[in-house]
Amino acid sequence: MAPPKHRRPGFSRKAQYGLFVTYVVAIAGTMVAALLLAISVADPAGFSALRAAGAEITAPVARMFSNVRRSAQNMNATAAAYINAASQNAALQKQAKANRKKLIEAQALRVENARLRGLLKLSEDGESQVAVGRLISSTSSSTRRVATLSIGRNFGVERAQPVRGPSGLIGRVIETGPTTARILLVTDAENLVPVMRASDGLPAFSAGLGNGTVLIKPLNLGESPFKVGDVIVTSGNGGLYPPNIPFARVIKKTSDGALAIPYADPGNTPYAVVIRPYQGEARAAQQAVAPDGETKEVAE
Amino acid sequence: MKIPVTTIRLPTRPAREYESRFDREQSLLKMLAIPITSVAIASMITALPIFTEEPLLPPLGLLMFLSWRLMRPGLLPVWSGVPFGLMDDVFSGQPFGSAGLLWSLAILSIEIIDARAIWRDHIQDWLIAAVLIAGVLLGGLWIAGMAHAAPDPAVLIPQIILSILLYPLAVRICARLDSWRLAT
Repeated sequence: MAPPKHRRPGFSRKAQYGLFVTYVVAIAGTMVAALLLAISVADPAGFSALRAAGAEITAPVARMFSNVRRSAQNMNATAAAYINAASQNAALQKQAKANRKKLIEAQALRVENARLRGLLKLSEDGESQVAVGRLISSTSSSTRRVATLSIGRNFGVERAQPVRGPSGLIGRVIETGPTTARILLVTDAENLVPVMRASDGLPAFSAGLGNGTVLIKPLNLGESPFKVGDVIVTSGNGGLYPPNIPFARVIKKTSDGALAIPYADPGNTPYAVVIRPYQGEARAAQQAVAPDGETKEVAE
Repeated sequence: MKIPVTTIRLPTRPAREYESRFDREQSLLKMLAIPITSVAIASMITALPIFTEEPLLPPLGLLMFLSWRLMRPGLLPVWSGVPFGLMDDVFSGQPFGSAGLLWSLAILSIEIIDARAIWRDHIQDWLIAAVLIAGVLLGGLWIAGMAHAAPDPAVLIPQIILSILLYPLAVRICARLDSWRLAT
């Protein structure tokens, strides 16, 4: 296409100055944007009010589409259940029979566990729930893995509260708005989760890779002890995430750890439960000394 | 009571039929609002319940913005990358100011290209858009990496390819919106 006429203003001084001013404004605007960027890099929570406002504006539409999506999924599941009724029934009966034995064992273990706790005088408050919401959107075009929750400060959701779904850990709250909250998913590269192997409690750390998988790194050095199919649960270290929340399943062994897929799929989780930080007081005391992300290097 | 068919008459609309279509007044609101709204809505699409495991949804706001700029040069002013980009930042999850800077640099580089390569066809525009999309996405990853821990750049490859392939569709949508914009 031919260039438009405005690029050649001719002899008109007014047009020439007008054209010049647009370039000056463009360069100045770029510098302002760079300045805003520098501020938000230095203080990542700085513009959270603006983002919360944006999430609030789009939340009604997102909620509507989320409802539509959920009812469509329910319809699919109902229809599929009718079609598979006979084979599913047989499979479930077989499964129920196998589970019965394990259930009795688990009950015995629970009794024994309570008795041992009583002996140790170990009091431990269980997972206390703050509120239940739904994930209504995610940053699917950015490299950051952040999802929006359908509830916010109106339900008592606060920053740094863990969020879990029925199948496993989803992430933690990083920003709150009046009726929405933003959740840093466990697959984000910034989200480090203390975890352990469910079978023997082998301690490890999980870091997101930004592509739907997480990297599990054991604390002890040496060859990777993981096997494909290992179940990873949260360990409760650090006092943020409560222990024993199902976390991920190992799919590949690497030289110094393992690749795993989180159990909770943000796109397919019917609800998300916001829970209180595990050992909240201890964590608050620790945060007062060295807040997350602001720990300074210790000088000699 | 039965109404005879002959008495029912549709109201005629003489305005379009008999008024001269030369030298007609166009609605200024429509002319300005359509490009601005289309880019804004495209930026907000990420707020819908779309869940992807890796960044896969193309940056639709950027696609619309580049399409308007390349398809209709002179419509969007040189400085428009900053406001459009800052609006995109509110929804994208990137550090605030990242798209404001990158989109502005993109439109400035198109301005430089405009001065060199004057007569271009669609394929050349597509090539320019492809380079700019890849640049903006990689730049966004680099900026996100300054503020937070960032993943490996390889996670962006599917998104870059998808965005480049979607550019012609974005141009088509812009062209349709443009003909609607310029109709009286």
